[in-house]
Amino acid sequence: MQAEPIRIEALNYAYGEGELRRPVLRDVVLQVGAGEVLLLTGPSGSGKTTLLTLIGALRALQQGSCTVLGQELLGASERARVSLRQRIGFIFQNHNLLGALAARQNVAMALEVAPQLSESQRLARAGEMLAAVGLAEHADRLPAKLSGGQRQRVAIARALVGDPGLVLADEPTAALDKVSGAEVAHLLRDLAKSRGVPILMVTHDPRILDIADRVVTMEDGRIVEKS
Amino acid sequence: MNALTENLPAPPVASAPAPISKGRLSPFDWFFLPARLAARQLFFERARLFSAIAGVMFAAVLVFMQLGFRAALFDSATRLYAAMEAELFLMNPLTMASFRPEAMPRIRAHQALALPEVAQAVPVYLTQAAWRSPETGAKRAIQLIGFDVEAGAMRFPGLDRISDALRQVDAVGFDVRSRPEFGDIAKKLAEGGPFEVQIGNRMMRLVGLVEIGPSFGADGNLVMSEVNFRRVVRGRDPANVDLIAIRLKSGADIQAAKERLKALLPGDVRVLAQSELVAHERHYWETATAIGFIFGFGSIMGLIVGMVIVYQILFSDIANHLREYATLKAIGYSDFYLARVVMASALILAVLGFLPGFVASIWMYEFVGAATFLPLGMTWDRTVIVFLMIFGMCALAGLLAMRKLRDANPADMFS
Repeated sequence: MQAEPIRIEALNYAYGEGELRRPVLRDVVLQVGAGEVLLLTGPSGSGKTTLLTLIGALRALQQGSCTVLGQELLGASERARVSLRQRIGFIFQNHNLLGALAARQNVAMALEVAPQLSESQRLARAGEMLAAVGLAEHADRLPAKLSGGQRQRVAIARALVGDPGLVLADEPTAALDKVSGAEVAHLLRDLAKSRGVPILMVTHDPRILDIADRVVTMEDGRIVEKS
Repeated sequence: MNALTENLPAPPVASAPAPISKGRLSPFDWFFLPARLAARQLFFERARLFSAIAGVMFAAVLVFMQLGFRAALFDSATRLYAAMEAELFLMNPLTMASFRPEAMPRIRAHQALALPEVAQAVPVYLTQAAWRSPETGAKRAIQLIGFDVEAGAMRFPGLDRISDALRQVDAVGFDVRSRPEFGDIAKKLAEGGPFEVQIGNRMMRLVGLVEIGPSFGADGNLVMSEVNFRRVVRGRDPANVDLIAIRLKSGADIQAAKERLKALLPGDVRVLAQSELVAHERHYWETATAIGFIFGFGSIMGLIVGMVIVYQILFSDIANHLREYATLKAIGYSDFYLARVVMASALILAVLGFLPGFVASIWMYEFVGAATFLPLGMTWDRTVIVFLMIFGMCALAGLLAMRKLRDANPADMFS
């Protein structure tokens, strides 16, 4: 039995210092299994986004244990965290594509960070990934020339092109209408499942709960419900 | 989609790190990839790119002009000495600059001839006198240079042609590159042949043209024989000369001859090689006047203005793309990688701005040189120096703008 992609134990986190100290995560325990699609839901301010940024090695851990893809994040160096981030596919609420780069170049950026492939291999792989999200014909377009759903699909391609060990998504459908939101969510799940990549997704969107293997609800910094 | 999964390598097991992330950048990619990203972002916003290039170009032109003026003024100040064809010179140790010479005994020229390697010792008289314009009658100071016109110790262009004519009584040669306020002498000479001009209190005969060029100390020059010099400058003791040019026999060791002259002659003369004489004159203008400082200061001002422009452009560029930079950090780009992107932007701007600035400066040199009669011209070493200055200016602006990258916090990308 291999270790889980994410294993969190007794995780506490607070913003501020001294009297202004405001705990946002209390005794969080969570595991994500290999290939599992887990949705994290709950009201605003419940701490789910903070949890996501901790797992994504975007913030330094304060207390507890969080092991992501075999890397313990408590006390991890900046270098180790940068290296871990390269093995995670990130999808944001806004697509956050580079405006100056065509869709294919944006996807290739995820491969350029520590390239083992040649430039032509990178572009070929980015092109294949764009084809997989159904954008083969739009590969050379700038983000400004794409619709919201198409941009988010480019973002999915960027997150997956580097064969990540884990995908972290933050409200990926929040900026999309109902139809394209559902399309994007299912596309993400299908691609991840076919690759065996686990997904941890923060969402408010009840329309996409059906893609989940498991839904976890947070409230006031605690995990209150698992299903 | 299925076709894709077949083409790609087997999906890695979740807990094992994907092999693709383990690579290290090759030295070429280490700089090329960030630089390419920088170039793509710069060229994406053309208006911003052009204003940045214009800023760098402005700085380059400003520095080129300042350094060009500086060099031209120093060159013009030493032009007279540079045009003398002699290996060694004797000068009164108190002489600070050529336009205000201290005299020394003419006998030192004869004493110098005692050395076997000395071929000629040519006394030179220097002074300034009033020139009355033959066109307007206005008076203006002009430099008089009196010397043995046949000794060949001067190589002003045109001197050979008129050296015979200069032996006539009261004959003078006019520096055709003198400032135009002296009148269009070349035209008058071509139309009517030699004519009379008033120099000091004497009517002299202008018989021909030479080329020397104006300097700080002198707006124009007249050359003449020793005898004619004495005719103009009354009350001057001909036993006192201002400079002695010494020509050595061919093959003589200049440094050894200099040492022997020093030992031979009393302490009221200094022995200088030609390069030392030029350096001495240049030193006067560099230290006794504010010229060197003014143009150095002007260059620095140009660089500061250029740096502020480049900094502003880079800073606002980072500020406008903060989300994109934060995203790149989130997906695994290091701070140092993004710093290289900013630095590459700065250096691309340096090159793109320098090239048109260089071309514009060559054109400006010609334009301004024609207007000021200064020997302005592009030199390779100045090109290299200005490029390094512009490069350093942009690099510094890049370093300052980089601090803005700290505001790109990837954790803020999740809200």
